[in-house]
Order: sequence, then C-alpha cells, then structure tokens
Amino acid sequence: MAGKTLYDKLWEAHLVEERPDGTSLIYIDRHLLHEVTSPQAFEGLRLQGRKPWKPKANLATPDHNVPTLLAERSSGIEGIKDPISRLQVQTLNENCRLFDIREFGMGDERQGIVHVMGPEQGVTLPGMTIVCGDSHTSTHGALGALAQGIGTSEVEHVLATQCLLQKKMKNMLIKVEGELGPGVTAKDLILYIIGQIGTAGGTGYTIEFGGSTIRSLSMEGRMTICNMAIEAGARAGLVAVDEKTLAYVENKPFAPKGEMWEQAKAYWQQLVSDDDAEFDKVINIDATVIEPQVSWGTSPEMVTGVTGIVPDPEKAKTETQAEGITSALKYMGLKAGEKITDIKLDRVFIGSCTNSRIEDLRAAAEVVKGHKVAATIKQAMVVPGSGLVKKQAEQEGLDTVFKEAGFEWREPGCSMCLAMNDDKLGKGEHCASTSNRNFEGRQGFGGRTHLVSPLMAACAAIAGHFVDIRTWEGEK
Amino acid sequence: MEAFTVQKGIVAPMDRANVDTDLIIPKQFLKSIKRTGFGPNLFDTLRYMDEGQPGMDNSNRPLNTDFPLNQKRYQGASILLARENFGCGSSREHAPWALLDYGIRVIIAPSFADIFFNNCFKNGMLPIVQPGEVVAALFAEMYAAPGYTLEIDLESEQIKKPSGEILSFQVDPFRKHCLLNGLDDIGLTLEKKDAIFAYEAERRKITPWLFS
Repeated sequence: MAGKTLYDKLWEAHLVEERPDGTSLIYIDRHLLHEVTSPQAFEGLRLQGRKPWKPKANLATPDHNVPTLLAERSSGIEGIKDPISRLQVQTLNENCRLFDIREFGMGDERQGIVHVMGPEQGVTLPGMTIVCGDSHTSTHGALGALAQGIGTSEVEHVLATQCLLQKKMKNMLIKVEGELGPGVTAKDLILYIIGQIGTAGGTGYTIEFGGSTIRSLSMEGRMTICNMAIEAGARAGLVAVDEKTLAYVENKPFAPKGEMWEQAKAYWQQLVSDDDAEFDKVINIDATVIEPQVSWGTSPEMVTGVTGIVPDPEKAKTETQAEGITSALKYMGLKAGEKITDIKLDRVFIGSCTNSRIEDLRAAAEVVKGHKVAATIKQAMVVPGSGLVKKQAEQEGLDTVFKEAGFEWREPGCSMCLAMNDDKLGKGEHCASTSNRNFEGRQGFGGRTHLVSPLMAACAAIAGHFVDIRTWEGEK
Repeated sequence: MEAFTVQKGIVAPMDRANVDTDLIIPKQFLKSIKRTGFGPNLFDTLRYMDEGQPGMDNSNRPLNTDFPLNQKRYQGASILLARENFGCGSSREHAPWALLDYGIRVIIAPSFADIFFNNCFKNGMLPIVQPGEVVAALFAEMYAAPGYTLEIDLESEQIKKPSGEILSFQVDPFRKHCLLNGLDDIGLTLEKKDAIFAYEAERRKITPWLFS
C-alpha cells in the first residue's frame, strides 16, 4: 500500500464522519474571523438561537475595511469616516462581545491582516485545520496546517458545529528544484507557477509545495507561496513541517509551552508526505530559469518575466486565451509586443497578506535606501501586515528609510489589495503591487494592477517604470 | 433555504472565461452586513457605465446597453450560461447572494472555482457542470433564439431543451438531498453532535494543546 501524503494525514486526523457519497464532516481546530464575511453568519446564529460550539477556537480581527491613515485610525472605530465601513467593524466588535469570541480590535497592536496575525501569534499551528471566510486562508498551509477559505454560510456552520462539510480533494505535488537567482523571490516563484498551470490548474486539488527550493525558503516566503495557491485554483496549499517550521512557531504567544511543546513537536515532525506517497498529479518546476515576474493582464496567470513583452493575442494557443488576452490588453491599456520595462507606473503598493511581513519590508527597504520615489509616481505606500510588523519595522528604522524616499508609511490592514477603504487606484492608473489579484477593478474602479515582488515594487517606485532588479543600479 | 426542484426559465449569457467574484460583485458592496439587496449591483462594472457605490439609486445610473442583462431579450432570466472557471478568486458568498438576489438560480458552465461552487449550494442554487462543447452548443442555440429557455429538473438530473432534447448532469447525492428538501445543513450536522463530542474526546488525548 502506498504511503500517505501530508494532506491525507491532515484529512484523516480531522475526519469526524464520512457519508457514503464521500461528503465528510471535518473537525476545525481554528477559525479566524474578520468584519466582511462574518456579520451574516452571526446573524444566522442569532436567528436560530445557536451559540458557538467552542468559542476559544475562534479569533477575530478587523482588517479589510480599516483605514490605514494614522489620523483616521487614532480615534478607534468611532473615527472611521465611512459610516458603512464603521458599522461593519462595529458589528464585528459587538458580535465578538456577544458570542464570547476573542478579538484583536483596532487599537490592539496585534491587530492586522488575519493571515499575518495568525502565524505571528502562534494562533496558527502545524497540524491544525484552519478556516476563515477569506480565500487567502491558504497562507497558513505554509506551517503544515490544512487551511482553506470558506463562504459565509460555512462560517456560520463552523461557528455552530466546529465542523466543515466537504469532500476530500485530490493530491497535487508541485516540486520545485534548484536555486532561485539573485533578486528572484518566493513571489516570483508562485507567479511563475500560476503562469505555468493557470488559475484553474489547481481546482479540485490540495497543492503541496515541495522540493529543495521550497525547503530553502524562509517561513515568510512559504507563506507567500501558499497564499497564492488559491490563485492557481486550489483552496489549500501546504508545505511540510521541518526545523524551520518548528523554530518559527516556538515561543509564539499562543504556541504550546514546556512539556506540551515537546509533545506537540513530536507530533508535528510526522507532518510530512511519506516517501512512497502517491499524488494524483505531480508538476516539476525548475527554479533556476525563473526571472523576476510582472503580471501584464487581468488574471494572475497573465504574467511574464521582466525581460519579456506583452503577448500577442494572435499567437495564443486557443480561442478562449486569445479572447482573454484581447480583453485584458484593452482593460490594461497595453499593446501587444510592448516591453514590460516600458510600462509606466502611477502608484506603488507594498502590502497585503501576500507580502507585508517583516522580511518583505526589509527587502523593499534595502532597495529603497538612499533613493527617491520617481517624481512621476503619484503615490507609493507601504502598509505593514500587522501592528507588530509595523512596530518591528520601526524598531529597525525601516519606516524612516521609506519615508525619506517618499513612501507613505501606513497603519496595518488589507488596504489597496482590495481597496475597500480609501486606499485605491484611480481610473486608468497603473500600479506595481505586491498583492495577489490583478482582476478588473480589484484595486479601484478602472485601476490597472501589476503583481510583483516587494523588490520589484520598490525599484519600480524609484524608476517610475518596471526595471529588472537583477541589473538595476539605482537612480539617485 | 428555499427548496430546489424544477427551474424553468430564460437563459442569459456571461460569455467570458475566468469570471472572478470581484466581477460578480465588486468589493464596495461587501460592506453590507446583510445577505440580501446585492442584485442591483450584480456585475456592476459591466452593467453600468459609472462607478457604483452602496446606497446609490441604481435606476438613475447610465447602463451599458451592450451588456446582455441590460437587453430586453434576457429580462427575467433565472439561468446563467457561463464559460470556464466561473467564480474564481475571492471566497465572498456575496457573489452567489448577488446572483440569487437578481433572480439567477442555475449556472451552467464547463467548470467552476471550488469555493464559489460550494457557496451556491448553501443558498439553494444549482451550479451545473457540462462539457465545453455542450456549453458551446447551448450558447449558440441561445443566441439564435430570443427568449430561449431551459428546464432544469434536479430530481431526474436533467436539462430539457426547447427542442425536447435532454441533457443529463450530476450532483453529489448529499447536496441533491439538501437542495431538494431545502435543508439547513447546520441542523443536519448538529444531529451528529455525539460523533463530534466523541471525536473531541479522542483528539484531546493526541493533541491536548488544541484543547487547553
């Protein structure tokens, strides 16, 4: 009999019951909540007179709607100018109080993007099943946890029953070997992978990312990879537990301590796919050929290397692809054959659950140091992923580096990744963004998003257009 | 949840691949704390020429007359015909809520994104997967015949065309059962509470740090 994959192990450990058609009840260890996808779920509980099954399994923080300007932030929820956003943040606050759920509220330094806060606090632990009403919950898979985004009805279901109803996915292994070149990051790797397999390439699968390249990535880098598994269509991404995972989790506030830590560690060390495990699909990726990536279109699969050009719909393999390219180029205001490095930018956004951790900010600051944001850039902003990331960055002086270069240094939240607050693109504006989605209108009505790494965003801010970080010498 | 048995209705097209949930319902409308009222803003950026905001009077907004849902022949549609990977992106259940609020109860496409597909069933909606060539043929027939309707029979898992031709589809037995009877799956899961308690008791021994 073949061995088990990491996903098989996590699934079996959480299986409460399986129906004859394969529909299963899966136990959920951790449920993260934010203000946008939870109010209707709490309302559902109220209407039915139900209570959370295990209040302590839940943790909430507002992130999508919160303002990132200090002036608007400093007076708390009451200070949120947009009354509809304010009501939503207030509602989360009230629901948490009523249903006895712990919340890191707006004034708490632990508040932040839910997918940055979880791992940072040790609220995310290896071997857990984790859900959140947010598709980027896949991020937490970097710690060897089965983490997936769910809809609001499922948020209500998990609150009420501590379980999720679902069928088991298939197993996919994306094996990455070889060293990433200088200036090529985890973000470039995952964008490249999505470019290869497409946005539906992982639909129906849980993707385990393995191979020497993944092993050599930091935990932050692995989170960036798993974060975008959903952009390849997979609800969950996974990286096996290793020494780096354990070192990362140790001493986190919510991580087990003392004897319990030793017991947990022994359990977590088994959270790897067996050598003889069989995957339904295996994709091999050679890391050495990957350039820094830039998305040119309106889907994360529309991506190319920085030395590349905007593609020609006439050279597309299928009619659907040709239509997709034509419509994307029209929206993006780009011409086939245009060099990526000729794309001029209006705004730069460094942040989001993909790239707003301390490592990302350090990398971007390193590039920015001693330079100035190009005069043609209307706005360049850095939005740390959490209050603690912000604090750490300030202790290291990164905020000063950014501010001296002309970047705005903001308060933590989702910000311009989805532009629910005031941080948004104007119509027709091009943005170098470290976020995860370049969909039409995602960062603002008519806004044009180019997905890149923090390094690429930083040097694009200085140059005013995309440049190859590998050969960039800076423009003082 | 409203039970789903048979749905006969006008078919409208969403003729592009990879329709993401941001396109189905843009983020500014996600600030609502309700489940209803999203219908007027379904496909907002495609339907209207201006930028929509919550609370706007949508009846005064300039319409994009090229967009099918603004055309007379598709008024009252309850079945949406779509292309590959429909509903990709964000997990927002506001996407199926917007479709449902508009009046769409069935979506037929060659493939769906997982979370969206799942969210539909929780709202008494039926996403149907059909092979690409079947969907292509449906698009052609629909474009050729204004007022084109289909009848979807969940019990028999059949799509009846106006010509009398029948297509079959498949639904998971459990999902079908819930849809046909309009069952609340939380209630069903709570009937299994002893199994959940038993699981917790067992796991407490193996992973006590998750229960401390």
